[in-house]
Amino acid sequence: MSMFDKNRPFSLQVNMDNFLPASDEEKEYMVQMRPSTTFFKDGMRRLLKNKVATVSAIVIIIIALAAIFVPMFWPYGYEQQLGNKPGQAVDASYGNLKPFQYGKTEQELMADGEVIFPHIFGTDALGRDYFIRIIYGTRVSLGVGFFASIIVLIIGFIVGSISGYAGGKVDIIIMRVVDVFYSLPDMLMIILLSVVLKDALAAAIKGTFLESLGSNMISLFIVFGVLYWVSMARQIRGQILSLKEQEYVLAARTAGAKGKWIIMKHLFPNCIGIIVVYTALQIPSAIFTESYLSFLGLGVNAPMPSLGSLASDALNGLSSYGYRLVIPAVVISLIVLSLNLFGDGLRDAFDPKLNN
Amino acid sequence: MSSKTTSYIIKRIILALVTIWVVMTVTFFVMHFIPGGPFTSEKAVSPSVQAAMEAKYGLDKPLLQQYATYMKGIITQFDFGPSIKQKGRQVVDIIFDGFRTSFKLGVLAAAWGAMAGVVLGAVAALKRNTVIDRIIMVIATAFISMPGFIVGSLMLLVFAVQLRWVPANGSTAAGLILPVIALGLSPMANITRLTRSSMLDVLGQDYIRTAKAKGVSGTKTIFGHALKNALIPVITYIGPMLAYIVTGSLVIEQIFAVPGIGRYFVSSIINRDYPMVMGTTIILAVLIVIMNLISDILYKVVDPRIDFQ
Repeated sequence: MSMFDKNRPFSLQVNMDNFLPASDEEKEYMVQMRPSTTFFKDGMRRLLKNKVATVSAIVIIIIALAAIFVPMFWPYGYEQQLGNKPGQAVDASYGNLKPFQYGKTEQELMADGEVIFPHIFGTDALGRDYFIRIIYGTRVSLGVGFFASIIVLIIGFIVGSISGYAGGKVDIIIMRVVDVFYSLPDMLMIILLSVVLKDALAAAIKGTFLESLGSNMISLFIVFGVLYWVSMARQIRGQILSLKEQEYVLAARTAGAKGKWIIMKHLFPNCIGIIVVYTALQIPSAIFTESYLSFLGLGVNAPMPSLGSLASDALNGLSSYGYRLVIPAVVISLIVLSLNLFGDGLRDAFDPKLNN
Repeated sequence: MSSKTTSYIIKRIILALVTIWVVMTVTFFVMHFIPGGPFTSEKAVSPSVQAAMEAKYGLDKPLLQQYATYMKGIITQFDFGPSIKQKGRQVVDIIFDGFRTSFKLGVLAAAWGAMAGVVLGAVAALKRNTVIDRIIMVIATAFISMPGFIVGSLMLLVFAVQLRWVPANGSTAAGLILPVIALGLSPMANITRLTRSSMLDVLGQDYIRTAKAKGVSGTKTIFGHALKNALIPVITYIGPMLAYIVTGSLVIEQIFAVPGIGRYFVSSIINRDYPMVMGTTIILAVLIVIMNLISDILYKVVDPRIDFQ
């Protein structure tokens, strides 16, 4: 019903029909059909819908849990040479056991009716339980991947946000440096740095708590930190550049907010999606690099195993013990594949703009 | 060629030169951070012998002077100095010895990887959302995720050790088959994915519909119009592909005992033959930087619409 009445064109009289209480039917329009959702919840919903990403996440969680908890109850240690007991001659029957075979003394104990924990994957040439070595190798790979990505994230975030936020000359200089780092052949530089750091660090960290970590492991982290931050820095710079032109940043600045506040309160929260996605995608590439270096003999210090060094060691007995290559190969491929698929899923879920 | 393209090319060449300089400088100084210098792993020698050896290799001079000599040697004479472990041989000679084999391996791997990748990617795009597409994409994803040395070792196990189809030693022609296949798998998988997505992009363009509408045959549309344009983004992958092939061949040559640069490099790492490590790193790095440069410029020249900020 219109406010305008043809019969009384100049009347200002209010049409009372427009002020009737709303009917139930009309009220229904105002009812919220779905509770409002946050960015995080929305992303999680999209992620869980993606079957491939969910399955990959489950696979990663199972592998990670195994790597964390299995060593707690497993009766054998990763460096324990089963045939080598203090005060006795080395029992060679423990070397190179096939899966579910037992050493001589173990067989005697079993004949007496004792239950011996089986060597599921057998033992290696030195009589070490191969299953627990695979578990420790997985631990090393996952740990290196995770911590290396955190290092990359921290450096990349700091450099990227400074570059994007400051703009001007600072940005130009940082981006030229990034360009050079980006065009360095990363793998060759990593090999070179690992060769050198392995020697240089061993002397430097002698006697400190870092020694227990091993010079190779620390050099791996340094190498990742030095070389892999560039693409993270580029991503974050790009994001900050577009974010800082937004109106709410202008409003904050008008209200007198300073750089640190704007970065932490406005820019950082809006970068979280891209940060999570690119950190997740960094993990498989770090694992890849670690295993490559271990394969070349530049990875973690012996006797600590890594999936790469286990695969490389297996090449020596390939004709009789092929499974010793297949097992670490399968584990590492599974880890990298599921992390990649999960990372892709994360990107689709939390960075929908980028996907289009 | 527009002035914008020219200025891009000039900028890109400067970047490449700076990168090469950084690689050389970093390699030189990093190698001299090693405590005690390159002779520490030698058998215990008397101080006078040690001094004589250091004088012979110029290690007694100030660091900056050594740097200047080293850089001058590389730039003017392509001289990387003598190998420490292989007595009486120049680093550059050892590298060129292995280069022929490595070059053959790399070129063959890149060639088969690129061709198979383009074919598979195009097929996947043309048959999109069918079983064929799914299978191709699963294979591509798997080979992207599997590290090259893992694929290589598994192939060695299956085809050379178990089935004995090919020799396990890569020094013969038949022995090169496996390393070539293993090295080309990752480039193949990457090119498959790239070709598929850019082919899908192109197939949705108006000029494809125009071609179809005016009666151009299906094959001609695919090869003359679609594939030609779909391959442009693939050019950008040439640089990274070469980098992968160079670093990948280091381990592949090790696994299959191929007598190429990679094997000399790995053994020089193990033996701590520092001049060899330095020389090989620099030569391979320069190779990668130049190939990246060529692939970027090619991309820009082929499609001048592309704007690199």
